Formats: sequence, C-alpha cells, structure tokens
Amino acid sequence: MKKALRWISKNLIKIYAFLGFTYLFIPIIYTFVFSFNKYVRSNLVWKSFTLENWKNPCKPIDICSALGNSIKIGLLATAGATLLGTLIAFALARYAFKGRGFVNTLIFLPMATPELVLGASLLTMFLNLGFNPGFWTIVIAHVMFCISFVVVTVKARIASLDPRLEQAAMDLYANEHETFRRVTLPLVAPGIAGGALLAFSLSFDDFIITNFNSGTTMTFPLYVYTHEKGGLPAQANVIGFSMFFLALLIVIAGQIVGRKRKVSA
Amino acid sequence: MVALAKKVDINNSIASLKQKVAMPYLLLLPGMLWLIVFFLSPILTLVSTSTKEPGLGFGEFIQTYRWANYTDALVNLQEQFIRSFVYALIATAIALAIAYPLAYAIAFKSGKWKNVLLVLVVAPFFCSFLLRTIAWRQILAQDGIVFKSLVTLHLISPDTRLTSSAFAVITGLAYNFLPFMTLPLYASLERIDPRTLEASGDLYANGIVTFRKVTVPLSMPGVVAGTLLTFIPAAGDFVNAQILGNPSTTMIGNVINAQYLQTANYPLAATLSFLLMLMILALVLVYIRKSGTEELV
Repeated sequence: MKKALRWISKNLIKIYAFLGFTYLFIPIIYTFVFSFNKYVRSNLVWKSFTLENWKNPCKPIDICSALGNSIKIGLLATAGATLLGTLIAFALARYAFKGRGFVNTLIFLPMATPELVLGASLLTMFLNLGFNPGFWTIVIAHVMFCISFVVVTVKARIASLDPRLEQAAMDLYANEHETFRRVTLPLVAPGIAGGALLAFSLSFDDFIITNFNSGTTMTFPLYVYTHEKGGLPAQANVIGFSMFFLALLIVIAGQIVGRKRKVSA
Repeated sequence: MVALAKKVDINNSIASLKQKVAMPYLLLLPGMLWLIVFFLSPILTLVSTSTKEPGLGFGEFIQTYRWANYTDALVNLQEQFIRSFVYALIATAIALAIAYPLAYAIAFKSGKWKNVLLVLVVAPFFCSFLLRTIAWRQILAQDGIVFKSLVTLHLISPDTRLTSSAFAVITGLAYNFLPFMTLPLYASLERIDPRTLEASGDLYANGIVTFRKVTVPLSMPGVVAGTLLTFIPAAGDFVNAQILGNPSTTMIGNVINAQYLQTANYPLAATLSFLLMLMILALVLVYIRKSGTEELV
C-alpha cells in the first residue's frame, strides 16, 4: 500500500499527463469505433459491426470530393502562408526598421479576432466587391489567418539560433548569400516545417471561416456540418480517423528519418 | 584613378546600405499587403456596415451612421455576451489545469518520446473538430459510459441530462481548444534551463517551492499566450453551443452566425461582430498589461 502510494506520488505528473492524453483521445476512439457501425440513416446509436464503411469510404455522394477540396485548399493555403509568413519572420527577427509596432500589431490582431469575425467581415467585403465566394475565396481566407501562426513559429526558431554559427561561416569566407543558404536556412528549416504543419492542420480543420466564404464549394468539415442534423454517414468517421492516422504516421516517419540523418551526420 | 576607385567603392557601399534599409520592407511587403487587403480592409467594411439601417427593399441597407445600433445590440443581447465570456473563462481555466501538467510532462519527463507526444497533441486537428464535438454528444448521452457510471456512483440523479447543457458546452470548448493551450505552454517550459531548477534545489527549495517560485514564473509567457489562444476562439465560438447546448446556452457567436446566414440582418451581425472584437481586444490588452508580457508575437 505504502509502496503503491509512493509510486503514485513519484509518477504523479506522468499519470496526470496520461489522463490528459486520454481526455484528448476519447472522442477519436469514439469516432474510430463508430466507423464500424452498421448505421441506418444516422450514426448516433450502435447497431452492429460491419466493414462495409471502410470498404466503400466514397459511397455517400460528395464526401470524397469534399475531402479532395480540403486537401487542395490546405496545400495551397499552407504554401502561401508559409512563404509570406517566413519572409515576415526574417524581417522581424533580423532587421531594425521603422514601423515595427504596426507590423507586430497587424500580425497579432488576426490571432486576437474570433474566427467568426474574420470570416464574416471577409464575406461582407467579397459581396460588396461583387466577388462570388468559392474555392479561391477559401484559399485567400485560409492564407490570411494562417500567416500569423507561421510568423510566430518561424520567428521563435530564428531567435533561438546561435549567432556564432553564422559568424563562423563568414569567418570562413562565405559571403552573406552563401551563409544564408548553407547555414541559416538549414538551421531555420525545422521552424518553417513546424509552421507549415501548423498552417496545414489549421486550414484542413477550419470550419467557421470556410463556412462564410465557401459559396457552393464543399470541404470536409462543411460536409460534416451540413449532414450533422440529417444523419451523418459512418464514412465520415472512416475519413476523419484515416486522416488523423495518416497525419500521425507521416510525422512519426519524418521524425525517424530526421533522427537517422542526424546520427549519420 | 585611385579617386575614381574610391568613388565607385563609396557608391557601392551606399547602394548596399540602401539595399539593407529596403530589405526588411521587401520581405514584409507581400505578407503585409495580404493582411491589409484581406484582414484590415474587411474589418473596416464591417465597421461601415455596422452603422447602416434597413432600407425599403429586402436585403437593402442604407448608410445612416446610426451608432445607436451599438447600444441597442448591447442592451438586447447582453445576456448572450456575458454568457459567452463566462463560458470561455471557465473553459480556459479547465484547459489550463489540464494542459499545464501535460506540457510539463512532455517538456521534462518524456525523454526520446518528446516529439511523438507533441505530434499527438496536434494530431486531433486532423480528425475534424466537428466529428469530435459530435462524438462528445454521444459520450455524454443518456446511454453513454460517462452518464451511466456517474449514475451508478450516485454522483448525479438518473434524470439529469449531461447533453444539451451548459456543462456539455463548456466541456466541448475546453476540449476543442486544448492544443492551443498546450503548445505555447510547452514552448515556454521547454526553454527553461534545467540547471535553474537544479540551482533552486541546491538552495534547499523543495519540489513545490521550486515549481511555484521558479517554474511557474519562467513559464508565464506560455501561460499568457495559451490562455489567450484558448479564450479568444472560445468566446467567439458557436459550434459547441449548437451541437452540445440548448436554447438557454446560446452564445453570442450563435446570434452572429444566425444574423448573417439565416436572417441576413447584416448591420446587426456586423455590429455584434465588431463589439465582440472590441471587447476581446480590451480584455486582451488589460490582461497583457497585468501579466507584464510585452512581446507577444
């Protein structure tokens, strides 16, 4: 008894963290379990086990094209936001210039504005300008709200670099350009990758801003939302869980490759 | 000849100096332009829409600079405003209580699993947040595990409802924004030099004192960033209240969403949106001042 108590108090933080992860993953386990449900119209009550939903994930109309749109928009928005955000991060981290306060404010404000306000105001402007919302308005909106997150992530990485590494490159007769390309950029790359990953996950899962600026274009979160009342097919669970699992696999594989490369270098 | 060379040299260095001065602006230009066109100017459009009045035709609005729209909205919808901020505050507190130990464990106790655990924090984003919110409705339902075990333990009576309640909405809010709380907390905890914690121990501080006097103050930037990134979206959310709530848990986000997309009362929707934005900004500025964190981005 005493031993058990001591073990608990010693590992309290780990137990607590385990419970935290459980809380985080309970709904995902639920989503997974209900992806095997032989549902009739709505997938809210457990009927019986079937593999049917996994065999035909694209059976419900529109569901796979919605997923395709989400992925396309996610990739485009990530590319745009990562490029623009990284440039801003370098300017903020490496240069002294007038108007810094304005730039900082403009980066901070989109993060301090509820998504609802971002989405609604953008739609108001598009409508005033006679712009029909659709695929490209979603991309524009996603780039807009992802930029700030990329700036914060990349800037933190640049700030944590040891300036002596770049000095060393200069001492070894590398010019500014070479130093940037062969020393600075590779060192900042993990930060840029982190920012891109964050941008993709935010874009892929965004519902509120997309809902305002989508017109008739359907993304995966929009699909789930519009079918929520009338009965969501279990294929949505299949796709949701698969994307989660795929993301996990890709990142873990990336980690392993990264570690191997570090060891061999 | 020498003079000429010198002159060229000076010209070159002036050119490179000019380039250095221009460089940050060149880097900033595309991104800033994007934010000015697609963030700042829409917000200004929003403000101008907010003071319009309905015209004669349906969906027609005339600019009359009616600032009373704001006082009207505040008077009529103060209940929803207050509820949104109260729910968001409770959800933020819960998320902080869950995320701090989580981030602490990842930063100090996870060893080589650190990166995998970090990915696990963000991974739920890929399993659509709507799907997860709908899952909560099933988990908390009358025939779900949580409800049944709470009834068996006599913690709640069999005729209480966990779904369609304020409890469910706040649970959903705390849950959905947990990664936004955990990541900044982790970032600030990870930056702490373990030697400062050892030093505290060497100076005869026990674990609790070290945590309170060293760890917590050093992680304050993460606490500020995390609570803001949780509180702001939670206060403006309408999905959790819609899926997990009932008519008496309506938040201001639900009203704004309905005014935009169902009633098409754009002036009221714009007024409410801008009010929400201003209130959140005011709270954020006071909070940042109080917590003494200057550089947020």
